[in-house]
Amino acid sequence: MQINPNKCVACGNCTYVCPMGAIYIDPAIKRATINRDECVECYSCFNGLSQEHLNPVIVRTMRKVFQMMRLRFDPEPDVCPTAAFEPDKLEWPRMVRRAFSDPRVPHESTGVQGRGTEEVKTNDVSGRIKVGEVGFTVEFGRPGLGARFHEIERMSVALARLGVSFEKKNPVTSLMSDTATGRIREDILNEKVLSAILEIKTTVDRTEEIIRAIWEVEKQIDTVVTIGVGTRCDEQGDENVVAPVLERLGYKLQRAKTNTGLGKISNEAAPAQQEPVPAGASR
Amino acid sequence: MTNTLHRFGESASFYDDYVVFAIPSRGKNDKGCLPKLQEFLRMALPYKPVNLGDASHGGALRPSQKMHPTSHWNRNMTPDFEAVIGGVDTPTTVAAVFDSRVNAEDFLTAVRKADLGLCINISTSIDGAEQCCFAAGIPRHSVGYSLGFEGKTEKLPNTQVLSLSTMCGHGMISHSLAKKMIDWVKEGRRTPDQAVTYMARFCSCGVYNPARAKRILEDARGSMK
Repeated sequence: MQINPNKCVACGNCTYVCPMGAIYIDPAIKRATINRDECVECYSCFNGLSQEHLNPVIVRTMRKVFQMMRLRFDPEPDVCPTAAFEPDKLEWPRMVRRAFSDPRVPHESTGVQGRGTEEVKTNDVSGRIKVGEVGFTVEFGRPGLGARFHEIERMSVALARLGVSFEKKNPVTSLMSDTATGRIREDILNEKVLSAILEIKTTVDRTEEIIRAIWEVEKQIDTVVTIGVGTRCDEQGDENVVAPVLERLGYKLQRAKTNTGLGKISNEAAPAQQEPVPAGASR
Repeated sequence: MTNTLHRFGESASFYDDYVVFAIPSRGKNDKGCLPKLQEFLRMALPYKPVNLGDASHGGALRPSQKMHPTSHWNRNMTPDFEAVIGGVDTPTTVAAVFDSRVNAEDFLTAVRKADLGLCINISTSIDGAEQCCFAAGIPRHSVGYSLGFEGKTEKLPNTQVLSLSTMCGHGMISHSLAKKMIDWVKEGRRTPDQAVTYMARFCSCGVYNPARAKRILEDARGSMK
């Protein structure tokens, strides 16, 4: 993303809306400027700000007059008055930032918008998580901090050592140079993204082991981690297997997403799903 | 995506937050799903949703690409549900957001009867989802728990800011904007309704809950007393 200095009037609205806090008014040029190392190409500024198309010279003049008179400005906070944001052509590896940060851009590897896969949301038709299995989503950088791939790699390597299988359709998995070791390709390790998700599946009896491993890595990285744990309910719709394990580990479960089981396979000749082998089955 | 799962707050704080969403699974039930997605959204209207959205185009409150200078004094704060429904043009996740459990229950019941064949999920407190499913006569199929935020949590802002910003799970609503809106409401520079619409326009999939956000802003203002 770029800000056209010929258009920018340094109103400062964009400095608040950047999820990474990567935009600031450069006092040397008196224009909004993007810290490209911190920018994750989420396009929140470009897509989220409403745009006016005012004459920059007139706006700057008015702002100077008001400022000299010490008059308070009170503009709408979600508007770029001169439509100064201009997307630039992203090259590899920077394009990875946008793929993981702009939710409107589908990952080519999954066709799904966002950072993860369908997880348990389509479990009623995909059968991805079966009875006795548990799926983990380990998300980095959210809310509002971002993460670099070298931090994510610490976790993927630690999980790989436990012999877990990474979800094949997950975008991070597609960027691993070796899924057996959890190594991520070197040329993107310093790329920063708004968030990224590792997805693994294992047997229920390994839930505690996996979470304790995640806790260890959390101490070593400089961002936040958010864990999601998905599992099947029984025929009555109850889930009394995984929740007690999580509560024993100290979690106070507050929120969940619940698949109601109303989905039906309707595509003709839906291809049989190739499931990753659960780690417990190979141990 | 986990864009509705990790909202900040205790279970009881989600009493006015029910996100019911439909998602077609690639290769399973995505063929010819567009009319069904639109029907899902249209079916929500009688149950008074506070937001509708599709993950490709956004919610019922959207930014304008060609704002007129005079519109600063007369900005449209009314959610445009028809634009969301009419704008669904690709297989994607669509969502209806409710601030009442009864409305969410009734909607879920209607969706069950409509038998759309799409994958239907509800994201709210665990108890709230159980109650909705029970009322609709649906045994839960699968559940995805949020374990909350861990790691370098000392870098996160205060709970009121987090409650507002995490309602866009894609992270499009910055902590800074949420903090600014709390401050502006406290200063009396904007009403909670106005502040909510500023934030909601940044949500790229329409799962932001304006009713809950308004309540949080009013609570934040009240905490100054």
